[in-house]
Amino acid sequence: MITFVFAKRNAKEISRDKISLIFGIVFPVILLLLLSFIQSNIPGDEGPFAIEKLAPGMAIFGLSFISLFSGLLISKDRNSSFMMRLMSSPMKAKDFILGYILPLIPMALLESIGCFVCALFLGLQWNISILYAIIASLPAALLFIGIGLLCGSLFNEKQVGGACGALLTNVSAWLSGIWFDVALVGGWFETIANLLPFVHAVNVGKLIIAHDYTSVIPELLWVIGYAIVIIMIAIYVFMKKTQK
Amino acid sequence: MIAIKTNNLCKHYKEKYAVKDLNLEIQDDELYSLLGVNGAGKTTTIKMLSCLIKPTSGNAEIYGFDLINQTQPIKQLINVSPQETAIAPLLSVQENLEFITEIYGFDKEKAQQKTRDIMETLQLTSIAHQKAGTLSGGWQRRLSIAMAIITEPKILFLDEPTLGLDVLARRELWDLIIQLKKKITIILTTHYLEEAENLSDHIGIMNQGQLVATGTKDELLKLADTHNFEDAFVKLSHAGGIL
Repeated sequence: MITFVFAKRNAKEISRDKISLIFGIVFPVILLLLLSFIQSNIPGDEGPFAIEKLAPGMAIFGLSFISLFSGLLISKDRNSSFMMRLMSSPMKAKDFILGYILPLIPMALLESIGCFVCALFLGLQWNISILYAIIASLPAALLFIGIGLLCGSLFNEKQVGGACGALLTNVSAWLSGIWFDVALVGGWFETIANLLPFVHAVNVGKLIIAHDYTSVIPELLWVIGYAIVIIMIAIYVFMKKTQK
Repeated sequence: MIAIKTNNLCKHYKEKYAVKDLNLEIQDDELYSLLGVNGAGKTTTIKMLSCLIKPTSGNAEIYGFDLINQTQPIKQLINVSPQETAIAPLLSVQENLEFITEIYGFDKEKAQQKTRDIMETLQLTSIAHQKAGTLSGGWQRRLSIAMAIITEPKILFLDEPTLGLDVLARRELWDLIIQLKKKITIILTTHYLEEAENLSDHIGIMNQGQLVATGTKDELLKLADTHNFEDAFVKLSHAGGIL
């Protein structure tokens, strides 16, 4: 009960932050449109931004803004007296953690849905795999929420803006194969990209859209593993920081 | 009945003591003021008693509950109005009040009723739908205190509640505190000596983490052998040997 009361408050706070919402939902859609226009000017079917590959990538890229949402909210709370009020209330650790995570899940889904709906208008063929790709983006959503929780627990508002708003969005974009195939760069860059979860999160969507379901599981497990580890670390750091 | 009893309560950070061997006894439904200069240990004491930080050593009982091992039942009995206003800035006044009431376990209907009542009492009704972050400092402080009392705490911690308020807002807040007196136990920290003089049943003077004197206003005046409370405060702090 208390968890849902807190989650409702967080959902209201996030949804009323218009700038974050514009970045989280509108910005990835604008990018999708721009890159599709570039693709339409490339002769032939093959191009770096074919909609079947671009849409799942952009859905994951948009999730990096979810980290910014959660990071900013937690950082603002943590650095204000409001957290003191909450910490002295009957709220328990699980109420805090779930209360921060739960409202971001529908937002992440909304962001994925927005990207795929836009992609449908840009030529992506509708079939059930789109729905599967949206559902399969949930572990990636949890991963990005966890990163936000971790950054919000460690940094102040300004630092979260830098870490999640600038660094994470760029790093997750470069190392995810959204803009270019990491194999084209090769070497240490490809190795690092494959060790991190971002490229695997994008591959999940790409493989599902391509109906290559058997190859999805190893990629998905990679993302789930990272999501679990990051969320556990984030919970530990959040509890340590707030009890200080 | 004893509301709060501390037993050699200590909090230190590395070598430095924020609070040292604090022995307090606060009665049910009284207003107890903690006075002291900056860094005296007032806020640290409140933070320990409201379960926000753990004491380094010693212990306390709050309405019979152990401060170290029974924090959850204690949290149900208390509420805090921190030094800075503690509100959710993007929620409206009404949403803030309903939110905190539901956090303390009241159902939605009861929370709405209590919100209407407190908004009427504290004249917040006209700004019920205004976002808390857009209110002036005085109104934010009023909302913050409303959020502390709406949950019907048995103990209310008010940490420098009138800091930064203009004279009128301060007097209004005093009136509110006077209304609450005798209904709940209030622990007030303040820098304003006249505030402690006018509102308190008992006053404790802290300096460098230690309680150097405690008693009623008259007892402290007698102890310091003066008729002026400011002189008494200075003298008793000196008598503690640590001013």
